[in-house]
Amino acid sequence: MSAVGDAEIIPIGTRGRPGRGQHTGKPSSASRSLASGPRKATPRRVPQPEREPEPAPEIEAGEPVGAVAEEPAVGPDQVSEGAGAATYVEERLPQGGIPAGEWLAAFQQSARELFGDQWEPQLARFLAFLRRRVTGDYVVDEYGFDQEITEKFFMTALRPIAQKWFRIEVRGIENIPAEGGALVVSNHSGTVPVDGLMTMVSIHDHTGRFLRPLGADLVFKMPVVSTMARKGGTTLACSEDAERMLRGGELVGVWPEGFKGIGKPYSERYKLQRFGRGGFVSAALRTQVPIIPLSVVGAEEIYPLVANLPSLARVLGLPYIPITPLFPWLGPLGLVPLPSKWLLEFGEPIRTDEFDAVSAEDPMLVFNVTDEVRETIQSTLYSLLMQRQSVFR
Amino acid sequence: MASAAKGASHGRVVLVTGVSRDLGRRSARALATDPTVARVIGVDVVPPRGDVGDVSFVRADIRNPVIAKVIAKENVDTVVHMSVISTPGSAGGRGTMKELNVIGTMQLLAACQKAPSVQHLIVKSTTTMYGASNRDPAMFTEDMEPRRQPRSGYAKDVAEIEGYVRGFARRRPDVRVTTLRCANVIGPHVVSPMTSYFRLPVIPTVLGFDARLQFLHEQDLMDVLIHAVRNDLPGTFNVAGDGVVMLSQALRRLKRPTVPMPGFAVGGLGNVLRQARLADFSPEQLSFLTYGRGVDTTRMRDQLGFEPAFSSEAAFADFAAGLTPTGGRIERALTVALDRLPSVEESVALSSVGGGERRG
Repeated sequence: MSAVGDAEIIPIGTRGRPGRGQHTGKPSSASRSLASGPRKATPRRVPQPEREPEPAPEIEAGEPVGAVAEEPAVGPDQVSEGAGAATYVEERLPQGGIPAGEWLAAFQQSARELFGDQWEPQLARFLAFLRRRVTGDYVVDEYGFDQEITEKFFMTALRPIAQKWFRIEVRGIENIPAEGGALVVSNHSGTVPVDGLMTMVSIHDHTGRFLRPLGADLVFKMPVVSTMARKGGTTLACSEDAERMLRGGELVGVWPEGFKGIGKPYSERYKLQRFGRGGFVSAALRTQVPIIPLSVVGAEEIYPLVANLPSLARVLGLPYIPITPLFPWLGPLGLVPLPSKWLLEFGEPIRTDEFDAVSAEDPMLVFNVTDEVRETIQSTLYSLLMQRQSVFR
Repeated sequence: MASAAKGASHGRVVLVTGVSRDLGRRSARALATDPTVARVIGVDVVPPRGDVGDVSFVRADIRNPVIAKVIAKENVDTVVHMSVISTPGSAGGRGTMKELNVIGTMQLLAACQKAPSVQHLIVKSTTTMYGASNRDPAMFTEDMEPRRQPRSGYAKDVAEIEGYVRGFARRRPDVRVTTLRCANVIGPHVVSPMTSYFRLPVIPTVLGFDARLQFLHEQDLMDVLIHAVRNDLPGTFNVAGDGVVMLSQALRRLKRPTVPMPGFAVGGLGNVLRQARLADFSPEQLSFLTYGRGVDTTRMRDQLGFEPAFSSEAAFADFAAGLTPTGGRIERALTVALDRLPSVEESVALSSVGGGERRG
């Protein structure tokens, strides 16, 4: 952009620092009064040599189109790629770059590698999906559930973890009704709620239905997590939302142990904690939907919680700060879960339609049903543990 | 005056407060066109700026007992209270805003209580009174309370106003009281904290959060007011367009660039924007943009019998149509790329053919 020559200017002298070049102590008052002005005004007084390197990147970053107009023989690909390297050596003349034809060939080759022989329609479909996302041309339901992104992104990303890493084996999937409201009640473990995500993927892959989890209010307080939770179909674990979803015919997932279950030490693995206050049973009784007990074996071993930092957790407002054999000692590597073998068993549905809706107000009945669900899950856990050869097999 | 008295004998006399503001003025005009309404009296401290049509404007302050005389003299039977101000900026400070909202409502209700002619009171309230927090249920019904009681600002004013309205309903059981809790009103002509937020050229958002939003189109607001005046439907109703729009989705549809920043930074920026009079960023708006809010409109449909013409999505689209996009580069690039590739419908056919061949 600047009119002045291509030669690189090597500044001579003290680079604008006041004083005579001893670089020790403060400069004399006389030299300071001389130098204070020029120090700020350096770019103004010697504008051309000092600014020389600046305009060049401005051209390539800000307006590649302008550069193209000046140099019509160059394709847009080359400007963005080639100019970066040539900034200092030769200004805005990316003549030594790769010809446009080779770029195109390389692009087609990589597209074929990525999408197969049908790469053109595949790419078109992918770009159309991208455009839909970018323009906001999709629908969410009233809970913020975004089916498209859940199916095409979350599930796709989680599926290899479920199938290859944890080698999840699902039993009793026929106990999940093909349609209508139902409440899946599961044990909770593993320090990080990976078991919830894996249950969602497994249910979707086997039945095509989306599990709508109920999450603690902490989930909706955390940035990023709250957004992903809502998009994935989670809503707050409160009786209003649970009943609304069940009435709407959704398959709702609940982990009544909550943080007591997920944050329990490794020594207490597979011991069910208290099942809350049985709010999930009242919700099922009021909406007359079946309760499906789910026992998850394997999640306990992914992050064995050996210690906890309760005081730090209290300061940060978290339920616990986990210490595992790998975390935080190995840093981000410690976040990799251990590849334990997982078994998911859905039990026989516990029917609630034989009770009338008023019975939800009967605390004794609610406690009894809660205990029944809890006993079922606990005994299934023990039998599944017997069937597993070891933690990893 | 004689004609007015004659009109009152075979039609209703409606008093509308807060007609100096655009929505109040236009609602009053819309009410005046209704055949069952004989006369509409608009009341405010300052005269309305635009055309009021058949509405007769009376300059009166609802914070002043004079309002009782207006009601008595004009033989008003229906009072539509729309003078609830959401922004301190337009009122000239938070103190004035609170006084207009709370004291104004108290005086108006006191005047209504003394006036035997008043048969029907309609209060335009707002869903802001439910608050917005991480402990909210997905959909608020009319019976639910906010999870955290508002301690300041607009939300507290609205909660107090509704409290006074409930008190009035107890003392005058013969008066039908309709409270309409409207979602964020949006439309090409609406000036509100929400629309000025969307009109910013670069829109700050709260990093890591995506709020669920519901909108009510300005036309639907007027329709529901007329509906409530015409029909005999006491009660409290949530009024909102169908469906939910995520904030990120709305901003993408606006094609405006966004700057995600942590919540406290958005709050600080909000103060700067407020001082520059660009947008009004109150704390409750910040929490609304963080957590969002949804209200259940079953009762609006079943008991009020009102069906909004615009869904939340359509209302927002109507608002967005009047705005020039300042972003949308990625979308244009994608469109260019897609034009060069075969269209997707064609490609579906191709891939199925290809699959068949491979199998064969």
